Amino acid sequence: MIKTDQINILAIETSCDETAAAIIQDGHTIVSEVVATQIDSHKRFGGVVPEIASRHHVEQMTQVLEEALTKASLTMADIDAVAVTEGPGLVGALLVGVATAKALAFSHQLPLIGVHHIAGHIYANQLIEPFQFPLLCLVVSGGHTELVIMKEHGVYEVIGETRDDACGEAYDKVARVLDVPYPGGPHVDKLAKLGSDTLNLPRIYLEEGSYDFSFSGLKSAVINTVHNAKQKGIELKKEDIACSFQESVVEVLVDKTYRASVEYGVKQVIIAGGVAANSRLREALRAKFSDKEVNLSIPPLALCTDNAAMIGAVAFNDYQKQAFSGLDLNANPGLDLEQYGKR
Amino acid sequence: MILAMDTSTDVLSVSLHNNQEIIEEYSSKNKNKHSTRLMPAIDRIMKEAKVTPQDLTKIVVGMGPGSYTGVRIALSTAKTMAWTLNIPVVGVSSLRALSLQASGDDLVCSFLDARRGLVYAGLYDKEGNEVLPEVNIMIDEWLEKLVALNKPVTFVSPDLATFQSLIRERLGERAQFKPKGHHLMRAGLLAEYGKDLAPTDPHLLVPNYLRLVEAEAKWLEKQKADQYDR
Ligand SMILES: [Zn+2]
Repeated sequence: MIKTDQINILAIETSCDETAAAIIQDGHTIVSEVVATQIDSHKRFGGVVPEIASRHHVEQMTQVLEEALTKASLTMADIDAVAVTEGPGLVGALLVGVATAKALAFSHQLPLIGVHHIAGHIYANQLIEPFQFPLLCLVVSGGHTELVIMKEHGVYEVIGETRDDACGEAYDKVARVLDVPYPGGPHVDKLAKLGSDTLNLPRIYLEEGSYDFSFSGLKSAVINTVHNAKQKGIELKKEDIACSFQESVVEVLVDKTYRASVEYGVKQVIIAGGVAANSRLREALRAKFSDKEVNLSIPPLALCTDNAAMIGAVAFNDYQKQAFSGLDLNANPGLDLEQYGKR
Repeated sequence: MILAMDTSTDVLSVSLHNNQEIIEEYSSKNKNKHSTRLMPAIDRIMKEAKVTPQDLTKIVVGMGPGSYTGVRIALSTAKTMAWTLNIPVVGVSSLRALSLQASGDDLVCSFLDARRGLVYAGLYDKEGNEVLPEVNIMIDEWLEKLVALNKPVTFVSPDLATFQSLIRERLGERAQFKPKGHHLMRAGLLAEYGKDLAPTDPHLLVPNYLRLVEAEAKWLEKQKADQYDR
């Protein structure tokens, strides 16, 4: 007999530079959560060095797991399944989590559940309030910019995605132009608050009706504007550059999200991913959806960045469906969200 | 019951040892499949031997050097199993494990191709003591060290073919090579070697990379240069 309530899932996430573990009950309650961040190790290189990330994961993984169990006052005997991010992400980093999860599941003969990282970001919201279908999710992170429609649990339809840089990537590149420390996104956000939208940077909407995004043109516009001003001997305020850039990004994100929410008649709009922590994006979405029927769900900051709780939230649905992975589960750095939902 | 594993080279190897002898051993040469095949291979030999995870009393793991990713697959698996089953874990250098194919010979050199003229290399005596510390080194430089010893050396390496003629040229008749079939990692020998060794805290067991990450090496070099400039 399979248990149906008080299901504890131990989840692992190592797709980038956070070594994370969490125990989630029934897909919505965080029993314990641990994230060992490596930001300090990568700072000096101005970005994540994949090999260094993998080395940290293998060193910290079991300690992070132990802390997650200790914090929850649970042992492996209380765990019903093991979940892990199988992709997308850095392959070497993912492999540590996958090998660890398989070893845990095998040692205690528990079901194993491979989870898509972006599904995780979306399900972070499920830890706050239940989904209302159909829902629309704006996924914005260092590796992703997507608009996803969900009509039921576990099924994803990507209606728009970036054609070049991810939104977070554009932030990182502009952060370099502004010469602010790594990670760039939060610093640009902070500077932007002190500036004004004075540079008239383009708003890139692509073709009429498209839900796709493009950020490389905007990034080039920032670089050119700064360069031209320098040539003319004009000193642009960093705060204004940051603000102008951010306003352009946010306007397009909010506008397309709003249009999609109307066209698809969704009940709920959620945002997910690292850039969902951006203060201006959160504020602009709240304003745009303030008087609407649609329920806007914005996860708390701690659930926007990479964590394992979100992976456990996704895995609960697979547990209920008894959709388990085999011991041959592999890391899949290019795992596609729609395909993942269909299997 | 001891479980041993190594995935640091193109060979995946797992074994079970009952404290008396090797009772199961499985090896497969297929470089890019370690992640998908390690756990099923362990599952398979344990089922064959009717051993459950709770029957395990110790884990021995090859901790590198070798493929960074490969090293981490076996190490993550071994660390996790040892920690969660609350049993001891022993990390053994993968070079040392390789050298066991020729144990008993006066001097055994095991090495792995580390690309761009570099090798990971170790040298052990009859009793298994390290004669020279394991290093990541230019093959020419390593062979000079061996020439200086002026003694017969037995070579064990899955990458022997790449360097055999060079070794013969430098060491002449002092170079001896194990016959074909004795150059691959064997987890059975790894278990035999590690069964009585003192364990490490699973949390603290780390890979034996023998090499810094390139970005880190460059960064350190730059720090040094900057200091010199000042
Ligand atoms: Zn993420």
